[in-house]
Amino acid sequence: MLHILRQIARTGIRTEDPPAPAHDMVVATRLHEAIARTLGRALTIRHVDAGSCNGCELEIHALANPYYNIEGLGIKFVASPRHADLLLVTGPVSKHMAIALKRTYEATPDPKLVVAVGECGCSGGIFGESYASLGAVRNVIPVDVEIPGCPPAPTALLQGILAAISAAKPGIG
Amino acid sequence: MDLSRLKFATATLPAGVPARRCSVDGSGLLTSCRVAWEQGARLVALWGSDDRDRDRGFTLAVVVRDADGLVMFEHTLPAADSTYPDLSAVFPAAGRMQRATFDLLGIAADSDDQRPWVWQASWPIDCYPLRRDFEALAKWQPGQEEYAFVRVEGDGVHEIPVGPVHAGIIEPGHFRFQVVGEKVLRLEERLSFVHKGIEKRFEGMSAATGHRLAGRVSGDSTVAYAWAYSQALEAIAETAPSPRASWLRALALERERIANHLGDLGYLGNDGGFAFGLSQFSRLKEQVLRTNLALFGHRLGMDYVVPGGVTRDLPAGGRVSIADECSMLEREIRVLRDIYDEHDGLQDRFRLCGIVSPELAAKLGLTGLAGRASGQAHDVRRDFPAPPYDTLGVNVASVSAGDVAARVAVRFDEIAESLRLVRAIVDGLPDGDLVVDVREPKAFRKGLGYVEGWRGPVLVALECGPDGAVRRCHPHDPSVANWPVLEHAVIGNIVPDFPLINKSFNLSYSGQDL
Repeated sequence: MLHILRQIARTGIRTEDPPAPAHDMVVATRLHEAIARTLGRALTIRHVDAGSCNGCELEIHALANPYYNIEGLGIKFVASPRHADLLLVTGPVSKHMAIALKRTYEATPDPKLVVAVGECGCSGGIFGESYASLGAVRNVIPVDVEIPGCPPAPTALLQGILAAISAAKPGIG
Repeated sequence: MDLSRLKFATATLPAGVPARRCSVDGSGLLTSCRVAWEQGARLVALWGSDDRDRDRGFTLAVVVRDADGLVMFEHTLPAADSTYPDLSAVFPAAGRMQRATFDLLGIAADSDDQRPWVWQASWPIDCYPLRRDFEALAKWQPGQEEYAFVRVEGDGVHEIPVGPVHAGIIEPGHFRFQVVGEKVLRLEERLSFVHKGIEKRFEGMSAATGHRLAGRVSGDSTVAYAWAYSQALEAIAETAPSPRASWLRALALERERIANHLGDLGYLGNDGGFAFGLSQFSRLKEQVLRTNLALFGHRLGMDYVVPGGVTRDLPAGGRVSIADECSMLEREIRVLRDIYDEHDGLQDRFRLCGIVSPELAAKLGLTGLAGRASGQAHDVRRDFPAPPYDTLGVNVASVSAGDVAARVAVRFDEIAESLRLVRAIVDGLPDGDLVVDVREPKAFRKGLGYVEGWRGPVLVALECGPDGAVRRCHPHDPSVANWPVLEHAVIGNIVPDFPLINKSFNLSYSGQDL
């Protein structure tokens, strides 16, 4: 026990300041004010991998590490869409995941936000649209924010998520 | 492997490791596989290609591996009668590969299990995507199939369906548990949810750019895939990267191994109820990824390995900063390993949990990291060393307990060995061009790339067409062989231990689903 405490003390606090929201990632502003009013500062996220290569998942995982400490910002990943305010979706949306993605979206209570992650989630990326892929997330469910990058770095993910929950600024969308 | 008594001619196959090819007929294929198995060979991959445009019907390729290298058996099936002998009695892992090959190409093994594997009702059942006359851009609506799971009957037996959308930040797949109380009687996996048509996507792509798609077969193994693809193309084009480029590739590969092992060790602690482990190891992993950004221009090393070499040199001061980072990691990991080893609660979860005995591992063909935790001491880096491993040598980590604790121990040992290799690479980095021009590959030549990624050996089989285009590319993940073994590892364990057992294998869905 003592060496665990010693290691914690030696490690100290590594958390860095969060980045500013990236409002240019916002593609729709349909619900922002309602959401900001309802949620305040707390947000729950349900992640859905709708066909990714798992590169985006690695960077989403990194959000929980001590440097980005996403829970310290009041943002929590939850195990069920029924507990979620925001769906964080990686793509491209494979045909085999299309029904599961739609059902997850329907199971998420209103008001809800959808953030598409990665080159593939935004456009289909290198996999494109094909017999097996429907491409961008917005081809299957409504999307509020798109975070490009292959994969987007954790800072970009935070910028996009924060943009989704900050109230719409004049002149956007 | 001695195939002389089979009287099939063998020829050298262009590849990054010693490899031969051997044309066989249907019964010869089965006999060859039996002889190979008796001599200790293991199945690596099985796939098919449409060669009807060249009047050669369909080609079934089966790659096996033994102490001498790889052997690719090729069996030509006439277009009119496209069945071949079931190989799953010899190599159990062949079962799903055969089913996938049927769904994608329409050539069937004469096996009892004809259930679809890749197909999930999203395109017509009698259309085969990897046939050259398939309408790749036709729009079919996603459908939903009724999959025939095997059911266990009896008093008190009930079923738990899980997925495809899971409770954590992981890839999608479906698990069907048959349980009594908390005890798992049977687990059946239904995968292929992230099938996104990668093999079809390769068709017609410029071979010089295929490494980008290969590097996205399984994002966590991007360096291994890009290297294996480049190796296959370079073998076909008879082009060798410079020694410096090969050493830098190995630097990226070992750092990919370190980063993934650190991440897994954190999550294994977390799944064992020890959140301290997650925050500590994820901190170390983040530091490795940040250094990667400075070294390779990308946190995961994506698109760093290209045909002919790598995209950038070691930055100024890179040698010292890498050595410093190695010292820091060695120091920190030593402390954390002691904490894990001495933590009774954690060891109680790890030990005797999810056991795969060495005998079962050998029979089912468990490969890579999970294999080495069950006494299968194979590692491409040592067994068929390409530069720089021929100079540096590799101490293969291997234990035989086959439980979660063993898979944890192998990860710790492999991080230590990779840190040694990283130091040796930056100390002894030879001169040479970063990237050399790759010659135009000859049409219809085939080649293999074979690289020990962090999860296990990654195979890329490549065939070039005219004009330097890809005619057929089959990337093969070690997860394909290991997923079925996970079903065995879980039997007799309790349901709450499944996440821990699953994480200890940490298999790729995208790499298996393609």
